[in-house]
Amino acid sequence: MTIKAPDAFSGGAGKTPTFEESAKASLADAQLRRNLGKATRTIREKRKVAVEEMPDWEKLREAGRALKTRVMRHLDEYLLQLEESVTKAGGQVHWARDAEEANRIIAGIAKSHDAREVVKVKSIATDETKLNEYLESEGIQAIETDLAELIIQLAGETSSHILVPAIHKNRAEIREIFLRELDVDDLPDDPAALTEAARRHLREKFLKAKVGISGANFAVAETGTVCVVESEGNGRMCTTVPPVLVTLMGVEKIIPAWQDFEVFMQLLPRSSTAERMNPYTSFWTGVSGEDGGIHDGPQEFHLVLLDNGRTDVLADEVGRQSLNCIRCSACLNVCPVYERTGGHAYNSVYPGPIGAILTPQLVGIGKPGPDSLPYASSLCGACYEVCPVKINIPEVLIHLRGKVVRHKQDGDGLRPKLDPENVAMQAMAKTFSDVRLYEASQKLAWIGQWPLARSGAIHRLPGRLAGWTSVRDLKPVPEQSFRQWWKSNREES
Amino acid sequence: MRVGLFITCFNDTLFPQTGVATVRLLERLGHEVDFPAEQTCCGQMHFNTGYQREALPLVRRFVRVFKEYEAVVAPSGSCVGMVRELYPMAAKLAGDDMLAGEVEELAPRVFELSEFLVKKLGVTDVGAYYPHRVTYHPTCHSLRMIGVGDAPLELLRAVRGMDLIELPEAEECCGFGGTFAIKNADTSAAMLSDKIRHALDTDAEVVTAGDNSCLMHIGGGLTRGRTGVETVHLAEILASEATEDGR
Repeated sequence: MTIKAPDAFSGGAGKTPTFEESAKASLADAQLRRNLGKATRTIREKRKVAVEEMPDWEKLREAGRALKTRVMRHLDEYLLQLEESVTKAGGQVHWARDAEEANRIIAGIAKSHDAREVVKVKSIATDETKLNEYLESEGIQAIETDLAELIIQLAGETSSHILVPAIHKNRAEIREIFLRELDVDDLPDDPAALTEAARRHLREKFLKAKVGISGANFAVAETGTVCVVESEGNGRMCTTVPPVLVTLMGVEKIIPAWQDFEVFMQLLPRSSTAERMNPYTSFWTGVSGEDGGIHDGPQEFHLVLLDNGRTDVLADEVGRQSLNCIRCSACLNVCPVYERTGGHAYNSVYPGPIGAILTPQLVGIGKPGPDSLPYASSLCGACYEVCPVKINIPEVLIHLRGKVVRHKQDGDGLRPKLDPENVAMQAMAKTFSDVRLYEASQKLAWIGQWPLARSGAIHRLPGRLAGWTSVRDLKPVPEQSFRQWWKSNREES
Repeated sequence: MRVGLFITCFNDTLFPQTGVATVRLLERLGHEVDFPAEQTCCGQMHFNTGYQREALPLVRRFVRVFKEYEAVVAPSGSCVGMVRELYPMAAKLAGDDMLAGEVEELAPRVFELSEFLVKKLGVTDVGAYYPHRVTYHPTCHSLRMIGVGDAPLELLRAVRGMDLIELPEAEECCGFGGTFAIKNADTSAAMLSDKIRHALDTDAEVVTAGDNSCLMHIGGGLTRGRTGVETVHLAEILASEATEDGR
C-alpha cells in the first residue's frame, strides 16, 4: 500500500489524515496483516530470549533511563560541550532551528562540492525534515543505501517501521520491485540473491559519491565522537568512503561520556534486533588526519544539530521523557495496535507507540491528524514493559490526551462545547459528581434501553457508539444495580 | 478485617452479580464488608480520554469516601490501577499538594480482589467449587499496571472441579481500552478477533478475568458470534460453592 497523504511532518499537517481513517485501509490489507504479524511475532520472541539471558537487564534499563534523564536536564551544557569537542577534532557544527534550516544547510554543503548525487545511511531525522525531497528540488539526488530504505525508495513508499522500514513487504514483493527498478534480468526471491542485486547497485554509488549523509544514534559530548549503529555495513561505507560527511542529528541524541556506551550498547542491540552485539557500529571523531597521507574516512565533517520542536518537548515535564528514546523499536514490535495497522496508519516518520507520543509533541498539539495519535492505543502497557530506557509511554499518552482535549475546549466559539463527545463527557461528569443523580441515571438507563435491548442483548447502538456494536453485542443494564441489592440484603437485613 | 468495597460504577450498574459475589466471598473468609454508598466513579474514563479537569472532582470524591478504610478492595484491576497509578498524576495536574498527600497515603491500601486475597491475606484456596472448563485472560491493567502477577491463577488452580486451560497469547490486549473501542473501533475489532480465536482454541466453556470491562468486550464478541462461550468474572467463580446450584 502506498501512502499518498501528507504525513505529520510534511508542512501541511492540517491535511494529515487521522489514525482511525488510515487504519481502516491497513486493517483491510490481508497481505500487510500477514507480513506484519509474522515479522513482529518473530522479532518479539527473539527479543524476549535476548533480554531474559541478561541477569542485570532491569539495572541496565534503569541506568539507561538515568543517563538520558541527566542529558535532558543539562542539555544546554552538553550541547555546547559537544560543539567544542567536534570543532576541536576538526569538524564543523551547524545549528538548525527547524527542518527548513537543516535542509538548507545540508544542501548548501552538497552544492559547495558540486555533488549531484549523495549517498545516505538510514536516518529518520532526515525523513523528518524531508531532506530527500528538498535535495531533489535543488537538483541533488539522494540515494538510500540501507537495504530496506532502498527498497521503499525504489517502491516510492515511506518507511513503516523505525528499524525495519520495509517490514510490510515480503520477499516476493521485494523481488518485483527490484526487477522493475534495478538493472537485472532475472532474480530468484531468495534473500541472498536479492541482497546481491542491491549490493551491486549500491557499490557503484558509494564509489562515485562525493558526499555522504548520515543520522546518528549517539554523540559523545566529552569527545565529539559520533556513532551509527547498523547491521549491513552500508552505513560504514557511507560514513567512510565519500570525502565529505554530513550528519544530521536531533539535539537529544547526546550521551555524556564514552563509558556510557557500556549501557547503551547492551540495551540497544538486544532490544532492537535481539542481537547480543551489534554487527556494524561506526564511531568517528571529527575528520581523519591532515598530514596528506592515506586516510580512512572523510576529510570534511559537518554535524548539523536539529531542534525542530525538540526544545518544546523538553519544556513539558511529563512529555520530555519521550526524548530519551534510542530508536530501538521494541515498542512497535510488542504493540497490538501496530501489529495490526502497521506503521503507515500513523502518518508519521515515527510510527508505533513511541511515534504516538513523539509526533504530536514535535509538531505541536492542535492538528487533527497528529492529535489522533495519542488515542491510537488501548493503554495496554506492553510498550512500557519492553522500553530499554523505561519511557512510560502510557503515562505520556494519557498526558497528551489531556492536552488535546484542553486545547479543544479552550478554543474559541461554541463548536468545541457542542462536540458530541464533550457534551457526553460533561453530562457524565455531572452525573458521577452527585450520587443521587448517579442512582437516578442507573434507573433511567434500565428504562431507556428497552427499544434496544428487547432480545436480551443490544445488537445495534446509535451514532458514534455504533462502532461497538459493529462486531460486538452489548450487555443490557440489569434491573437491579449492586447498590440496590446491598440496600435490601445488607442494610435492611 | 473491615474492608471498604470499591464496587466501581461499571460493576454497580452493569454487573451487580460480581459485586454480590465479592461480598459473599469476603464474608465467607471472615471479613466485614462495608459498602460506602456515596461512591460513584473513580474517574478513569474521563481521565484516560483526556477529560482530566472533569475527572478531578471524582478523584476528590473517591479519596473522601475511602480514606478511613484499612483496606479498599475492588473486583477490577483497571479501576484500582487508576487510583494507584494515575491519581498522583491527577493531583499533580490540579496543583493540589494536599490531595497529592492524601492520595499517597490512601493508594497503597487500595487492592484488586485477587491480589488482596493472595498477597495481602495469603489465601489461595477460598473453598470454591466450579465444575466447568475455564480459560483465564490476564487483563492488561491487572498484569502490567498494578502487577497482580499469578495471583488470579493461583486462586483458580485451587478451585475444585474446574478444568483450567491456558489461553494462547494470553498477555495480549483484547482490544477494549475504554473509549479506544469506540474511537478506534476497527483496530479494536481486529484485536478482539484474535483474542476470540485464541479463546475458542482452548475449547473452554467460560472465559474469566479480573475485569468486567474486558469481559464485556470479549463477551460481546462471543455472543455476537453465537459461540456459546460465556464470560464470568473471577469473583463469581471464587464465590461459587458446591452447595449452590452450579455457580
